[in-house]
Amino acid sequence: MGETLHVAVWRGTAAGRLVPYEVPVQESQTVLDVVTYIQRHLDPSLSYRFACRVGMCGSCAMTVNGVARWTCRTHVRRVARDGRLELKPLERLPVIKDLAADMSAFFEKWTRAKGTFVPQGELPADFAVVPPGTPQRRAADAGIECIGCGVCYASCDVVAWKPDYLGPAALNRAWTLVNDVRDAGNAERLKAVAGDAGCHSCHSHQSCFERCPKAIDPTASIAGLKRATAWAALRGEL
Amino acid sequence: MSARGDTWLWILQRASALVLAFAVLVHIVTIIYAVRHGLSAAAILLRTAGDPWWLGFYLIFVAAAALHAGIGMRVIMREWTPWRGRSLDFAALLLALGTLAAGWRAALGLFA
Repeated sequence: MGETLHVAVWRGTAAGRLVPYEVPVQESQTVLDVVTYIQRHLDPSLSYRFACRVGMCGSCAMTVNGVARWTCRTHVRRVARDGRLELKPLERLPVIKDLAADMSAFFEKWTRAKGTFVPQGELPADFAVVPPGTPQRRAADAGIECIGCGVCYASCDVVAWKPDYLGPAALNRAWTLVNDVRDAGNAERLKAVAGDAGCHSCHSHQSCFERCPKAIDPTASIAGLKRATAWAALRGEL
Repeated sequence: MSARGDTWLWILQRASALVLAFAVLVHIVTIIYAVRHGLSAAAILLRTAGDPWWLGFYLIFVAAAALHAGIGMRVIMREWTPWRGRSLDFAALLLALGTLAAGWRAALGLFA
């Protein structure tokens, strides 16, 4: 087609700058394709992160024209403005280099929110049967497809204001486990997600819901945690 | 504060908001009524003095407002400033008690 895309890419660490590149436009081109083109043809020193390229692994999220997105499934023609793209690493996280953000804090918060399955005593002889129609299973299913890309975290105002806030992804994970009937870790989990750094700080702005590429609604999950922790407190179990 | 403490404050915040939603409505309708009818302070006092319903309403209203303001200001401070810990909890408590004392004094003034 011969058209050219003007791409400004963040280079360096926190004290970096935007560097302009020119990339030929192609049919069905994704933002990740653009980044890969720059690295392979224009500047091999460009650092970025990806793995599956098909929206499963959650490693290629970046800030595209000011909005956090999964780049492998974001088509350039949908986000470019006047043939221009601005690519930066995810916000709310430290920059390692160029487009690679340090996800350590993000995943540490999953651990702090007790986002790990806790089995009940003895290993059962057979698979546990969890009927798909039950309210708990439905609630767990609604949040279980999270790929951990960090888009919600990078879009959350409360994360920006309170660095110790657990954030939408970790709290959503906790909510899926609260609703997992096989799990035995809820007493500790509800304690971990209650309070100032947890679900009670959520303002329900719903940026996480708006930007989640998997259309998960972490705000609803956090509202569920607010209810669950409140009932636990009223019963004297928190 | 502990997870339990924070959760209880959240519950009280929601409960007081529920009371306030109703009480503020009554309060505003009352103000509009008084203004529309050109009631003087003396005329208002004549209606509220000795009425246990108005006294009860304003005692509850003030308690809910004091609770809501105290908890809410503590949350806002924690979100927008680095202020944390006992000193903030104490300041929030002081704000709540101050609001309660001033408000109840006014409510009793309407009654007696």
